[in-house]
Amino acid sequence: MAPFALIFLTFLILPLVFAFRMSLFTSTLATGNKFVGADNYLKAFSDPIFLEGLGTVAKFALVMIPAQMLVALVAALVLDNLATWASKFSRLMIFIPYAIPVVIGALMWGFLYSPRFGPASSIFGLFGLAAPEFLAQDNIFGSLVNIVTWQWAGYYMIIIYAALRGIDPGIYEAAVLDGASDRQIALRIKVPMISSSLVMVVIFALIGTLQFFTEPQVLRGVAQGAIPVSYTPNMYAFTLAFSYSQFNYASAISFALGIVVFVFSFIFLFLTRKQSGLK
Amino acid sequence: MALVTDTPQQQDAGRKTRGTAARNRARNGGPRIGSHIFLLMLVIYFITPLWWLTVASTKDTAGLFGGSGGPLWFDDGFHFFSNLQGLFERQDGIYWRWLGNSFLYAISGGVGATVLAVLAGYGFAKYNFRGRAAFFGILLGAVMVPLTALVIPTFVLLSSVDLVNTIWAVILPSLLSPFGVYLMRVFAQEAVPDELLDAARIDGAGEIRTFFQIALPLLRPAIVTVLLLSVVGTWNNFFLPLAVLSDPLLLPVTVGLNGWQALSNAGSGGEALWNLITTGAFISIIPLIIAFLSLQKYWQGGLSLGSLK
Repeated sequence: MAPFALIFLTFLILPLVFAFRMSLFTSTLATGNKFVGADNYLKAFSDPIFLEGLGTVAKFALVMIPAQMLVALVAALVLDNLATWASKFSRLMIFIPYAIPVVIGALMWGFLYSPRFGPASSIFGLFGLAAPEFLAQDNIFGSLVNIVTWQWAGYYMIIIYAALRGIDPGIYEAAVLDGASDRQIALRIKVPMISSSLVMVVIFALIGTLQFFTEPQVLRGVAQGAIPVSYTPNMYAFTLAFSYSQFNYASAISFALGIVVFVFSFIFLFLTRKQSGLK
Repeated sequence: MALVTDTPQQQDAGRKTRGTAARNRARNGGPRIGSHIFLLMLVIYFITPLWWLTVASTKDTAGLFGGSGGPLWFDDGFHFFSNLQGLFERQDGIYWRWLGNSFLYAISGGVGATVLAVLAGYGFAKYNFRGRAAFFGILLGAVMVPLTALVIPTFVLLSSVDLVNTIWAVILPSLLSPFGVYLMRVFAQEAVPDELLDAARIDGAGEIRTFFQIALPLLRPAIVTVLLLSVVGTWNNFFLPLAVLSDPLLLPVTVGLNGWQALSNAGSGGEALWNLITTGAFISIIPLIIAFLSLQKYWQGGLSLGSLK
C-alpha cells in the first residue's frame, strides 16, 4: 500500500500540483518567474490554436468512437453466436493489432497509404480507378480514423465479447421459445445486458481520443504538410514545451486538456449511470 | 437495474455451459456462411498491414519501391538476412540496443506497476483504514486523468532532480497504474473471500503469509492481466520517452524507429533506411504477439474485469 501511495503521490498528485502551480506563472528571461494567476488559462481558452486542436479531437471523438464501437460490437456479437475453429481464429486475428505498438501501427499504415510504397494504386487500378491520396490534407482525417480503428477495435471487441460470454444462456432459451430471431436476441437482450461494458469501452475510447498524439505525430513525417504541429492539443503542448521552451504555457494547455477530458468523462458517466451501474 | 452482477465465478459457470449452447444453436442455424464471410473480411482487414510488414521485411529498398511481387507479395530476391545484417551494422547495431531498452522499460515498469497494483488493490479490498473511501474516490478520479497531460510536468519535475535522460525517467512514471489498482481491487473483492482470510488467521498464519499463500494464488488471473496491460502500456509508450530522453542510446525501439523514419523522410539530405525500418518494426512486434498468443487463457477473461463494477 505504502509504496503505491508514494508513487501515486510522486507521479500523479505531485505533477498535477506542480503543473497547476507552473501554469499560474509565466517565465521570461527579462522578468524571471512571475505569478500571473489564471492568465495562462484565459490565454489558453482564447488561443485559437488550442481551441482548434480541441475542435479537431472533438471531431475525431464523434467519428472515431462510433466507428470503433460499431466494428467491435458487431464482431463480438457475430463471434458470440459461433463456436467454430474459424471464429476462435478470427477473434485472435482481430485482436492482434492491440499487441502492436501504436508507433509501429502508424508507421505501417503510413507505408500502406504512401503512393510510393503502398498497394493502393494497384488495388484501385484493378477497377480502373485512381487511388485516393490518403495522405493529402483532405483525406488525412479519414486515414487517421482508420489507423485508430484498426489498432483498438479488437481490444474493445475482446472486452465486449467477454461480457457477452458472461450472460446466462438460459435467458436466450426463453427468448427462442417465444420466437425471437437472432437479431432480436442480439439487440434486445444482449446489448442491454452488456451495457456496463459498453460504457467502459466508450470511456476508454473517449479518454484516448482526446489525448490523440502518437498517430498524427508519426504520420506528420510521411504526410508532408497535411498535419500541422498543433493538430491536437497534446501535439500543441509538446511543441510549445520542446520547440519553444514555453513550459508554463504548455503546462496550462496540458492542464486545460486534462480538465476537458475529466469533465467529458464525468458527464458521460453521469448520463449513463443507469447503464454503467456506477452510483 | 442490477445488470453488473456477474462475478468472476459466475462468468466461469456461464462459459462452461455456453460452449454447448452456442454450438447447438449454430447447428440449428446451418453453417452460418454469412457470419463467416463477414469474419473473413474483418480478418483480412486486420491482418493486411501485418502481412505487408512481413513481406516488406524480406525486401531491400529498391524492392520496397517497386519490386517484382508488388507491395503485398514477396520479391524474387529474399533480403531478410541482409536486412538483419544491416540492423547489426547500422550505428554499431543501435537497433538491438533500442530493443533491449524496450524490454528493460517494459519489464521493469510492468512488473513494478503490477506489484504496486496488487499490494494497493488488495489493501483497498481487504483492509479497513481511515480514509479508504476518500482514497478510492481519488483513485477513480485518477483513472480519468489523461496520462499524457502529466508528461510535460513530469519532465520538468524530473529535470529538477536531474533524472531527465536516464532510464529512471521512463521507468519511474511507468510504475503508476491507477487502472491496475482499480482492477485488482475489484477482483480481490470478488475472488478472495473474507472467510478464507479469517480462517487462515485463526489457524495462526500471519498477514504476510496469508497474503502470499491464500490471496496471491486466487488473484493470479488478475495479476496476469494487469501485468500484460502495464507491459504493453510501457512497451507502446511514445510520448513519455520522446519527451524525457534525448540520448540515442537510451531510446526504446518505438522512438528510435520513428527517428529513422523522420530521417528517411527528410528527402535529399536524409538517408533512406526504409528496409531497416520495416525489418526492425517486424522484429519488434514479434515478442508481444508471442506473449499474447501464449497467455490467451489469462487475458481473454481478464480484460473484462473492469466492467464488473
